[in-house]
Amino acid sequence: MTEPVLLSVEGVAVDLPTPRGNLRAVDQVDLKVGAGQTLGIVGESGCGKTMLSRAILQLLPKKAKLSGRVMFDGQDLVTLDPERLRKLRGRSLAVVFQDPMTSLNPVLTIGTQLIETLQEHLELDGLPAKKRSVELLAAVGIPAPEQRLMQYPHQLSGGMRQRVAIAIALSCEPKLLIADEPTTALDVTIQAQILDLLAREQRRRHMAMILITHDLGVVAGRTDEVAVMYAGRVVERAPTPALFKKMRMPYTEALLAAIPKIDAAPHTPLPAISGRPPDPTRPIQGCSFSPRCRYATGRCYQDKPLLIQAETPDHQYACFHPIKAAAGVSA
Amino acid sequence: MATLELGIDENVAISAIGRRRRLGPLFWAAIAWMILVFAAAALAGLLPFGPTDMDMLERRAPPSALHWLGNDGLGRDELARLIYGARVSLTVGLCAPIIGITIGGALGMLAGYFRGRFETLVVGSMDVLLAFPPLILALAVTAYLGQSILNLTCILGVLGIPAFMRVARAATLTLARREFVIAAQALGATHARILLRELLPNVILPLFAFFLLGVAVTIVVEGALSFLGLGVPPPVSSWGSMIGEGRESLEMAPRLAFIPAVTMFLTVLSFNLVGDTLRALSDPRQGAL
Repeated sequence: MTEPVLLSVEGVAVDLPTPRGNLRAVDQVDLKVGAGQTLGIVGESGCGKTMLSRAILQLLPKKAKLSGRVMFDGQDLVTLDPERLRKLRGRSLAVVFQDPMTSLNPVLTIGTQLIETLQEHLELDGLPAKKRSVELLAAVGIPAPEQRLMQYPHQLSGGMRQRVAIAIALSCEPKLLIADEPTTALDVTIQAQILDLLAREQRRRHMAMILITHDLGVVAGRTDEVAVMYAGRVVERAPTPALFKKMRMPYTEALLAAIPKIDAAPHTPLPAISGRPPDPTRPIQGCSFSPRCRYATGRCYQDKPLLIQAETPDHQYACFHPIKAAAGVSA
Repeated sequence: MATLELGIDENVAISAIGRRRRLGPLFWAAIAWMILVFAAAALAGLLPFGPTDMDMLERRAPPSALHWLGNDGLGRDELARLIYGARVSLTVGLCAPIIGITIGGALGMLAGYFRGRFETLVVGSMDVLLAFPPLILALAVTAYLGQSILNLTCILGVLGIPAFMRVARAATLTLARREFVIAAQALGATHARILLRELLPNVILPLFAFFLLGVAVTIVVEGALSFLGLGVPPPVSSWGSMIGEGRESLEMAPRLAFIPAVTMFLTVLSFNLVGDTLRALSDPRQGAL
């Protein structure tokens, strides 16, 4: 990573009090994102990806307890006073949510939502703000942007709505964009378009991006670095090419194996990861993946593996029995 | 085959335009009645008779060319009293829910958005207000402060606050959890901005529909209070007091009680119909929002 570090997450943990006891959603996560770089965060549902992104934005539910530091551009967001944090959001930090059906206000027109954001943050007047909104909508690939300004979210398709959400997020030229499963709620045919759009705008604006997904295939060609999360912890972290060439963590391997292959014979059973993620309210001894891991031995049930270095310093994994042979993956 | 496809396309186009939901003749009849009542109340000054001009020779006179609806027990023109009564009924009926929607709506939105101790306090105090028998409260206040339109409006307004608070809070609670609120926070919006620009346009729809129902209820309650002699002081006429006065001559001239009763019935029905239609329109399950 040659770029200066823009965001550095240091020892962040999120605890949620629930009726069944304390739920540790994010457990001691360390991450770094350089300016203009893309970090992919991969993991299955409920592994703490979204909670981590909310922790970075300081938008956790009120009851949640956050510890650790989130250094963004030289400031610790956790201890930053609310007013300065508010000014940072939108202008330097932006987010695109999973479901464009609910992330846009249903009773305001697209134009109102875009123009007001611009007026609020960039202090533009009505007419320049409108002009810029049209440019933004055109930039995210919305045809006839002037007419769209007058429309309400329910008059647009899911893909269009997500494009509008991206336009709003990009409106103030943020330094970091967090895309929280931006394509999960969309049609498969639209997914690639939206991801390409995000990648293109990111390159053009030299913006850092955190791409959160449950699909290793999504991060493969579009990220510089990948962090694999399991049960609230980062279990493997590596530059994207290194990860796909030589993954160490059995969980990463299992995730990759679970992607259906186009050249597989018809009626091939899909390889699924057996079992379910552990109940986060009951922390288990040892490696949290051990009950589902096919390499697990006695030690895996006793001690928690820590992140250790592989051959290169930027490839880290948390496993006692890393996969030795290069997993012959032709992705 | 080609003509068939064309035909389908046309239907689709028509149904797309026709998506503005049909409101039905009942809705428009209700709107027409409301306009008539409002216009009559606004133009009451043009009437040749005042509501208190007595003509003792014409007591309980039947309808004539001069007095279209006849005269009441004191020889006053029934139509004039009905129209001036509309002024009182509509003033109280509109102003009291405005007090309710403003204070109740604001409290409800703040409670639903900020939650915590403030919500407990607001909901608790509203429960106390709801537990208080409304008629006793109205009686007590008019006994102390005297009978006037202003006092009546204030009492009915305060009594309406809990209901508006509940509607606003329920709507805010569900909306505040939606992602667009988190998205607005992520864009650096202040609490005031989120409440006024993001939540209020969403909450105002159910609140306004409830407001129209509130107008209907308030007109009835005002009528009931006036009927009991707790409403506007005589000789000012309101529909409720007219029914009350007409009760005395129910055997000789039943129309004196029935005409204001029918007027009130139609007005209340109109407000209910319009309110219901608007509520159905703003209902997200049907509105496909």
